[in-house]
Amino acid sequence: MRYLPNSPRDREEMLRALGHSSIEDLFSQIPEQIRFKGRLDLPGPLSEQEVLELFQQASIQSTREFASLLGAGAYSHFRPAAVDALLSRGEFFTAYTPYQAELAQGTLQAMFEFQTLIAQLTGMEVANASLYDGSTAATEAVLMALRLTRRNRVVVARTLHPEYREVMATYVRHLGTEIVEVPYSPSGRLDLAALESELSAETAAVVIQSPNFLGVIERFSEISEIIHRSGALLIVTVTEPLSLAVVNPPAEADIVCGEAQSFGVPVAFGGPYVGFLASRDKFVRQMPGRLVGQTVDAEGRRGFVLTLATREQHIRREKATSNICTNQSLCALAATIYLCLLGKRGLKALAEHNLARAHYAAGQLAAVPGVSIPFGAPYFNEFVVKAPGNAEALLDEMRQVEILGGVNLGRFYPELADHLLVCVTETVSKAVLDRMARIYKEFVALRPAPAAASHPVGQEKA
Amino acid sequence: MYPEEFQYTKDHEWIRVDGDTGTIGITDHAQKELGDIVYVELPNSGDQVTATETFGTVESVKAVSEIYSPVTGEVTAVNSKLRDHPELLNSDPHAGAWLIRVQLSNPKEVAKLMSSEEYEAYIREAESH
Amino acid sequence: MKEHARHARQHITRDENLIFERSSPGKCGVDLPAPDFPAASTAELLGDDLCRKDIPGFPEVSELEVIRHFTRLSTWNYGVDTGLYPLGSCTMKYNPRINEVVARLDGLATDHPYAPADLTQGCLKVLHDTALCLAEITGMDAVSLQPSAGAQGELSGILMIQACLAGRGNPRKFILIPDSAHGTNPASVTTSGYQVRNLKSDAHGCIDLAELDRAMTDEVAGLMLTNPNTLGIFEVRIREICDLVHRKGGLVYMDGANMNALMGVARPADFGVDVMHLNLHKTFTTPHGGGGPGSGPVAVKKVLEPYLPSPMVVQAPDGTYSLDYDRPKSIGRVRAFYGNFGMAVRALAYIAANGGEGLLQTTQDAVLNANYVMRRLQDVYDLPYNEPCMHECVLSDRRQAARGVHTIDIAKRLIDYGFHPYTTAFPLIVPGAMMIEPTESASKEELDEFIEAMRAVAEEVDEDPEIVLKAPRSTRVSRMDEANAARKPVLRWKP
Repeated sequence: MRYLPNSPRDREEMLRALGHSSIEDLFSQIPEQIRFKGRLDLPGPLSEQEVLELFQQASIQSTREFASLLGAGAYSHFRPAAVDALLSRGEFFTAYTPYQAELAQGTLQAMFEFQTLIAQLTGMEVANASLYDGSTAATEAVLMALRLTRRNRVVVARTLHPEYREVMATYVRHLGTEIVEVPYSPSGRLDLAALESELSAETAAVVIQSPNFLGVIERFSEISEIIHRSGALLIVTVTEPLSLAVVNPPAEADIVCGEAQSFGVPVAFGGPYVGFLASRDKFVRQMPGRLVGQTVDAEGRRGFVLTLATREQHIRREKATSNICTNQSLCALAATIYLCLLGKRGLKALAEHNLARAHYAAGQLAAVPGVSIPFGAPYFNEFVVKAPGNAEALLDEMRQVEILGGVNLGRFYPELADHLLVCVTETVSKAVLDRMARIYKEFVALRPAPAAASHPVGQEKA
Repeated sequence: MYPEEFQYTKDHEWIRVDGDTGTIGITDHAQKELGDIVYVELPNSGDQVTATETFGTVESVKAVSEIYSPVTGEVTAVNSKLRDHPELLNSDPHAGAWLIRVQLSNPKEVAKLMSSEEYEAYIREAESH
Repeated sequence: MKEHARHARQHITRDENLIFERSSPGKCGVDLPAPDFPAASTAELLGDDLCRKDIPGFPEVSELEVIRHFTRLSTWNYGVDTGLYPLGSCTMKYNPRINEVVARLDGLATDHPYAPADLTQGCLKVLHDTALCLAEITGMDAVSLQPSAGAQGELSGILMIQACLAGRGNPRKFILIPDSAHGTNPASVTTSGYQVRNLKSDAHGCIDLAELDRAMTDEVAGLMLTNPNTLGIFEVRIREICDLVHRKGGLVYMDGANMNALMGVARPADFGVDVMHLNLHKTFTTPHGGGGPGSGPVAVKKVLEPYLPSPMVVQAPDGTYSLDYDRPKSIGRVRAFYGNFGMAVRALAYIAANGGEGLLQTTQDAVLNANYVMRRLQDVYDLPYNEPCMHECVLSDRRQAARGVHTIDIAKRLIDYGFHPYTTAFPLIVPGAMMIEPTESASKEELDEFIEAMRAVAEEVDEDPEIVLKAPRSTRVSRMDEANAARKPVLRWKP
């Protein structure tokens, strides 16, 4: 086996040094009746070449030839070559959590830079060194708010990613925490009147995504005033953080959390991604996850360490702020490298590019008779289209020309059947967008548009 | 080493009683065991504390320790200096780094605590193990 | 050298500032394609009130500066690629390069989680096959790859126990955990809504059956154990332990962190475990990445299968794969999408490279290496539990502590000898613990060097403890002032 450095002779010598004649002697304490006596029925052993072939086979049965307009929490962006080149340095990717600071200054300094970049982007004072993903970051933010407020009710926007809402439900079910949903208004934004009526002295937090799951950007000044009046905390979740390069950060929020996959982490069928959580200095001791802090060594030189570890499970055990142990260090490093490469100008230019492209696409589609863009509030690189007819049939038409045309919202919002969530990043060419508009046109031409081209959506609550 | 005018608990807190007010802190032995103290969490004035129950925590870099109240009563003052200077607990545990002052509701509780002599014997005993 | 040429000294790579301090206005590390259609201005599209003008302090550097910055940072790290990394309980084994190549293949790295199932058969097959392999290795009946890391696997498993017992009429209140357990165990139990009851270990560092019998009341939902436990000792009475818990209506959770000791040797399902997680980043060579991403698949017996997180990847009789969301008894989701897919790719590549025989040989080498280290160090370092060990051993600093030198000091001195330290001060039941897990990736030659280094440090403790107390000296920075970091937290750069 090529990964094992001991030769048969090494093994023999070691056994002899231990006074054993057979490797079996080292397992003799395991009772006979529970020993596994068969042979594990597994693929392999395979040479490296065969391993490569095995996965090449799998990779063919994929959408690799397709143009993708799928977003909904996982965004295809171009990844500069420098990201993988640096991530592939063994000193980074084969290191453990930086408990021994003297041997991990590289990881620690990079995490300190990640924390700084996230704090700058979100407009918050402090950010942690990452969490599993956006859904668990939002959930950890809720748990943090429950600790901070000692209240037990959480209000969640219906436009928070549906799977994030599911994860939250899994985590708080046993705490007796009540989660209530607030619908969206006809503009696609949160229904403020409904929000106000749901708030009470028991509300720990309100969780709002922006841009929300329908792509719409929320306006926080009024929202935050309503929420803070009730003593609840405002948690803002961001699944497409590239938007923060052109959209004002939710400075009114108490916690800003979300998913940073957009920054140099591949879509990879849903993971690994990188959650982030940023907040105010005064809440830092209730934050979950790793934190890297700056300090000095015995000679006064600047260096970095994991700090405020007494919040964590390995010290506080059952009283920890979270059961999380690992962060998503390597993905956070990818995001750090990506953000440094793009920098202030590149990130803004890329965000403007996405913004413009999405609006170009929406304009092309809206020009097709029978197609409408139902939500009027500003959006970033993702928007909702009401399909001219059956959305699945329309998606099938686009598949024929290798376009993944969007996510059918009916799957998450029964009231939005035949609505598509379309995401346009820099990875989709103008030619593809034009081709997509053509297919919409042909689709309409082949099937007479339904009588009522549009009806108001957003009022109903499932 | 351990002031004679204090009374001590087995959890390494001290109390100095003046009339019906008690001043509470942690002992020199406790701070040594914890090492560099980095954070202290204390109740607010007006809060109630109960004998043998926890009223706060002391944190070092790699440990968290609960602080147990020697007596029952209402908190009348909290040492706010510790918020920014937790290291005082290492340098001056028996004076400048007192934690809270309590209005005693049952002064008889103090009688159950150890004298300095008893406490010194108690930690000698603990250390010999 | 002249002070003004501060950066031009021999160790230029050792003096890299924060990226923010390297920044200067006007630089950028990427060039974007020119726009291919006329576009409205950002302010027009968003409206002035939403429009962000600046990200204060954000870096501006060229591509080369980014490459140099992170390359320099990387040289301050120590990884498995650098040398022996005997960090107990972490299984720091070699991360094969082919894993990284296959995980980056177009298609596997680029498919979107919401792309239609019939177009993503490759990804679904990887998830399905990985689950099958893990079921075979553990003997379990079903596996979900959704949990993001070990701690989330633990939470999922405990929630499944809760759901199952609730279905039987009473979820009960407590979970028993041995005092030697990882910190995530009690933290995960608390997150699940259960309360923790600690079980005191016996004189051999194992579970005390009499104590378990007493503790296992009708208020106890189950036992959460690690086998081999965190001392590296196999719980030889595991069958009786599991039978006892089952007899009293509880279920058994096993922390699979130490599965590297058991592949092809014993299967948790066969010794009575009902639910367990695996750490793909420990046993199955997905890289630790400096602290993640991990992956913590959860494996269960039939009785718990209905409660696995949703969705599950299923295969139809015609061989096609799909996602099954129709799981009414499921504990729900523990994260978005289907888990850390990229880690499943790597783990499957590793399993396929080894086959069953390779994994058995892996476990045998890991156990041989650990025993070799333990027996060759036990005359200089205290061995608190003198039992045969599995994949790791736990020594203690008891003898050295008498001279004022503790496990952390010995660990730091080891750095000067070129090795990454072992795990210090864990498990908690051993004062001054030194937990050593060489893994199968260490050669005899390297182990001999490590043993010599450990013995040399022990000699130094006797002769001149100051050297050990001041270590390390060979690193870019010496010991960090952790108290200062925690008292006055500086958690971000500011201009």
